[in-house]
Amino acid sequence: MANVASTTASAGTEVTARALREAVFTGLITLGLFFLFVGLKTDQNIRNELILTERWGLLATFVAVSMVGRFLIVAYVQPWLAQRKAVKAAAPEIVKGESFFSRNLSKIAIVALVLYPPVIVALVGVQGSLKWVDNFGIQILIYVMLAWGLNIVVGLAGLLDLGYVAFYAVGAYSYALLSSYFGLSFWVLLPVAGILAALWGVILGFPVLRLRGDYLAIVTLAFGEIIRLVLINWTEVTKGTFGVSGIAKATLFGIKFDASKDGFAALFGLPMSSAYYKIFLFYLILGLALLTAFVTIRLRRMPVGRAWEALREDEIACRSLGINTVTTKLTAFATGAMFGGFAGSFFAVRQGFVSPESFVFLESAVILAIVVLGGMGSLTGIAVAAVVMIGGTEILRELTFLKVIFGPAFTPELYRMLIFGLAMVIVMVWKPRGFVGSREPTAFLHERKAISGSFTKEGHG
Amino acid sequence: MALKTTMTKDPILKVEHLSMRFGGLMAINDFSFEAERGEITALIGPNGAGKTTVFNCVTGFYKPTMGMITMKQRSGKEFLLERLPDFEITKHAKVARTFQNIRMFSGLTVLENLLVAQHNKLMQASGYTILGLLGFPAYRQATKESLELAKHWLEMASLTDRADDPAGDLPYGAQRRLEIARAMCTGPELLCLDEPAAGLNPRESLALNELLQAIRRDTGTSILLIEHDMSVVMEISDHVVVLEYGQKISDGNPEFVKHDPKVIAAYLGVEDEEVEEVIEEIEEIESEQGGINP
Repeated sequence: MANVASTTASAGTEVTARALREAVFTGLITLGLFFLFVGLKTDQNIRNELILTERWGLLATFVAVSMVGRFLIVAYVQPWLAQRKAVKAAAPEIVKGESFFSRNLSKIAIVALVLYPPVIVALVGVQGSLKWVDNFGIQILIYVMLAWGLNIVVGLAGLLDLGYVAFYAVGAYSYALLSSYFGLSFWVLLPVAGILAALWGVILGFPVLRLRGDYLAIVTLAFGEIIRLVLINWTEVTKGTFGVSGIAKATLFGIKFDASKDGFAALFGLPMSSAYYKIFLFYLILGLALLTAFVTIRLRRMPVGRAWEALREDEIACRSLGINTVTTKLTAFATGAMFGGFAGSFFAVRQGFVSPESFVFLESAVILAIVVLGGMGSLTGIAVAAVVMIGGTEILRELTFLKVIFGPAFTPELYRMLIFGLAMVIVMVWKPRGFVGSREPTAFLHERKAISGSFTKEGHG
Repeated sequence: MALKTTMTKDPILKVEHLSMRFGGLMAINDFSFEAERGEITALIGPNGAGKTTVFNCVTGFYKPTMGMITMKQRSGKEFLLERLPDFEITKHAKVARTFQNIRMFSGLTVLENLLVAQHNKLMQASGYTILGLLGFPAYRQATKESLELAKHWLEMASLTDRADDPAGDLPYGAQRRLEIARAMCTGPELLCLDEPAAGLNPRESLALNELLQAIRRDTGTSILLIEHDMSVVMEISDHVVVLEYGQKISDGNPEFVKHDPKVIAAYLGVEDEEVEEVIEEIEEIESEQGGINP
């Protein structure tokens, strides 16, 4: 470190000079770029004439920010990064054992999730917990479950599915319609919704068996749209764009969550609140998500799960080993769709209302983005990605202090997709294989070593 | 285990009048040969002769335009391979294959590669996943057995030390051996190897010879191989079939084929008049390195 200190003195002035020079250049580029974009603005005056508004102050701010930013990067950040790199290269990498936290991450996470509603209730009261349990807890867990379901198709079997939301819709409408037409309970219809969605997974699977990559993606995209259009246009059954409303709520062993005298609140002597139902729903979706994770982990160690991953790696080699790729693909589609169906029926029971608007392509894209960002095949990574993406966008609603900075007209949630996109670009540049890029082997002889993402393939259909 | 070749012929694979046409190109034209049970049969020929096409027909990756391919198992059961889909040829007819350009599951570990190869057996043991998912003991037993088999082949291919590494991380020669070990894990009676020695250095090539001979000796598996490396072909094969432009030009033991003027002409591309000269040259070369090839 001593020689580093001595050289900084002589190199310091040189770096500062370079930083100043680059700052000036950056300022000029910014000026050129934003002169017309920011400096001048066309407006209509009261007589509908176009007038030019000059905003030199704002332009100056832009230029100043870019200049200062460039100066700081060149003068301080870059030397600091170089120094850190040198130190890192000089010091031998110490392989440290996994900490207690990282070893038991999943257990800690499950315990934290189980304790989440009581802690929230204790902190902000029963009524205040509504927002935190529903908007954050349930919303995120639905996406975690959907992404885990899609992970079977995309992450394990390597089949790019852009129409996953179709199975979500099938599940939601299965529950909504069967419960409102036949009055069946949620607990009966949950497996039915899963089975129906799996059936549709197989129906989608058959025509796309021969397709790969881009072509597969296009057909699955079309499939998602077909399901949505059928829901819109088959008005006698689905009530079209009006949607199905008044969907029956779920019950806990026959106990209803309402104001009646044998309802949940009355039975336990608690004041009536809708928060209890939300907390119940939270545990329900937590259970469903954990079921998805459990089945996925189990299946990966079964021949069918290994066949999925082998299919992702090399389909022709699979066939040469006597693996029936047709049934392997179909089971992947069906299993993934089944969990989509479970999540869908949960969605219907939570909202009490379903309409085709909830099942647009954007939903498929968001779920797929979570899978890709999390790291294809990794349950932990996907859960983290769902928390960051969905929780992050939900938290935008809470950032009311931004109105103080940007003025009262500023609504942060409108920037949701912008930030979503930006976050995706950043994560993909920083970690091209997602948060968890490595793959956990399903069997080992001597020791379990994570497999670097550079060896695994993404699959090509 | 090794089956002594009896006087009566017992072909494991019979290819009769095989033809394969790709549009206007006759890749294989009326090609017939037999592979004996327990023997190593080599299929050789210049580049583009149609060797890999024959392989793809035998293993079901192509459907031949004409011809009959009969696989006769030890039990006496016969399969017409041209009628079976590719995966059933491995599953039921017990014909396994490797590829000219190695096809590994590079993101799976070496061990997992060998477990994937035992898919059908494990699938049945796991009650098509359902019983296994519920944790039935039969599946656990089958898993243990499959691990034992994988261990055995890891040992044979001398890959035990690398068992937990991703297959894509292995050096080329080890990948070749792994591919053969993986094919053996499907429990085949006929093993088809597409240029197993391609790209191997002499030492790896020698190790490959030993592996193939051990496979034949220990399991009695018959081997059909395509090879360019003559040291491998001449050393280990019992029977050589030569293919040129989709037609058989020679068929016999290595010694016979080596001296067949037609084969020499095909490989060296000489005029018929010059064939005699070529034979003389070859004999000269052989007397020089007489000690190497017995």
